[in-house]
Amino acid sequence: MESLLGRYKNLIVLVVVLFAQVLGLAVQVKRTTDTDSSRLIRVWAVGTITPLERTLGWVQSGAGGMWHNYFYLRGVRAENRDLKQQIEQLRLEQVRLKEDAEQARRLQALLGFKEQFISQTVPAQVIGTGGSEQSRVFFIDKGDSDGIKPDMAVITVDGIVGKVLKVFRSTAQALLINDQSSGVGAILEKSRLQGIVRGTPAGEVVLERIMTDETVQPGEAVRTSGGDRIFPKGLPVGVVTRVSNGPDLFLNIHVRPAANLSKLEEVLVVTKLEEKEPAPSETAPVRAADILAQRLPSVPDKPAAEDANKPKEGVAPTSPTTAPKTAEANVTTNGAPAAIEKSQAISAPAKVAGASSPAKPAASNSAPSKSRARAPGPLKPAAEQGSAPPTVKVAQKVPAASKPKPPSPPAVPPPAKPEDGPQ
Amino acid sequence: MPITYTSGEQVEVYQFSVPVTVLVPVTALFLQAWLPRQFPFFTMFDLPLLVTVFFAMARRNPVSGLLTGAAIGIFQDAVTGLPIGVNGIAKTLVGYGASSLGVKLDVENMGARLLVTLVFYVVHETVYFMVARGLVALNLQWSWPHELGAALANAVVAVVLFFVLDRFKQRT
Repeated sequence: MESLLGRYKNLIVLVVVLFAQVLGLAVQVKRTTDTDSSRLIRVWAVGTITPLERTLGWVQSGAGGMWHNYFYLRGVRAENRDLKQQIEQLRLEQVRLKEDAEQARRLQALLGFKEQFISQTVPAQVIGTGGSEQSRVFFIDKGDSDGIKPDMAVITVDGIVGKVLKVFRSTAQALLINDQSSGVGAILEKSRLQGIVRGTPAGEVVLERIMTDETVQPGEAVRTSGGDRIFPKGLPVGVVTRVSNGPDLFLNIHVRPAANLSKLEEVLVVTKLEEKEPAPSETAPVRAADILAQRLPSVPDKPAAEDANKPKEGVAPTSPTTAPKTAEANVTTNGAPAAIEKSQAISAPAKVAGASSPAKPAASNSAPSKSRARAPGPLKPAAEQGSAPPTVKVAQKVPAASKPKPPSPPAVPPPAKPEDGPQ
Repeated sequence: MPITYTSGEQVEVYQFSVPVTVLVPVTALFLQAWLPRQFPFFTMFDLPLLVTVFFAMARRNPVSGLLTGAAIGIFQDAVTGLPIGVNGIAKTLVGYGASSLGVKLDVENMGARLLVTLVFYVVHETVYFMVARGLVALNLQWSWPHELGAALANAVVAVVLFFVLDRFKQRT
């Protein structure tokens, strides 16, 4: 007997080890919850790998920051000039969109719609990947101690990225939307057709469950539908690139993700979603003097002039690259897609001003919010640049009463002359 | 006549210090997780597999080889988010096979290493594919051109990597 065991020792050990692993697999496949027996192994493995990734990422970003911020500044002045012009155009557009949003909120309130808002996000840095073609996951440097929970949405300013899969003490593992096991409720922007966005084994993104008798054009934008209860409605998912007939009477729609999934650096984890009925803000009467004060140009006094310069400084936090580096959670909603903008308009004031009702646009503008308080600055007359509450109110209330007239171009200061770059 | 692994007449048996035994696989796993973030194409390489093959062939002990493969594979599964055991089973078999082959072949020269790694990469992917589809019901696609291309790329990297890792060998 002993000689038999000795003779086949290698084979016996092989069979035992394989059997143990197959058994382990069977247990894991049966249990789908996160409280499985493999949790400890994952904690050890991730605990070994992620500190190295975090350290290397820190060194890399430090060296990269040194190079890009102090040495490689070629074209910065021209870029600065272009960005300033872009800011002016975006401010104009912001006013128009704000009016549209107000109108939409009024209508939704009338119809009793409930809407989800991103009310809190946590910026996180991508520190590593799963390193496998079969599993498209990545690690972020925020975990349980930062309030991250499984199934939280992970987004960038460009669009959705994925969802949190597993959470560890100071890191978390997130699943990309192009992984074959992911699924996102999506809607086509123009045709309003709803489907499910899934990943393929090859790492592509496809929109499923749209019947072949529907017409979908390449180039159409895909947004989240909110149906998965993970991603709020309206976030960009991507753009349709190719449409063909698929199996079972469904179209095979290929989507190019809005976010660059292979080059992720900073992401936002949506830690809090609120569902509420949008409240219209135009219930309070609007004074004619306030409307006039907004429309008529006036000469700014000195303090106002100082304030007028502030938006230029305030631009920095709104940049997608700098925003996630800030420690505060809600700062990072700047520059985000439509739904994030809405969340700022509604939820940010509630936190800052401490108001019980979130839909107080007047408070939102008067509160010392990081971006909102400054954003409309140059579009308003000098009187508004200071802290005159009545005129600030008008900025939100005008659309209801006097929407037909768009903001007059003279109120917008001409694009600033090119200034020196950061040198 | 049974082959004794310590005969030393036809094949050399090597061992490694504890730091090398631990740090080399951990470094491979770390690089496998970190490099694709910088270079997305790097997911086609499988450094933990190459390390498994190297240790298995150098030690020429099937038990040691399969245990090394199992440990590295399970560790890799824990990082990838897949059910633990998919890579584990594949690398266990590769570790066993590579060490068994190492007993019978001269795997010290460059050509043999290239060929052995190429073959074991395909074996690994086949076992992985079967386990992932059969036991875990993952929807994987098999593509021969892709697998053979990746096998060749991994074999080329293996030749360089093995040359570097040879420095850590200790003769028994």
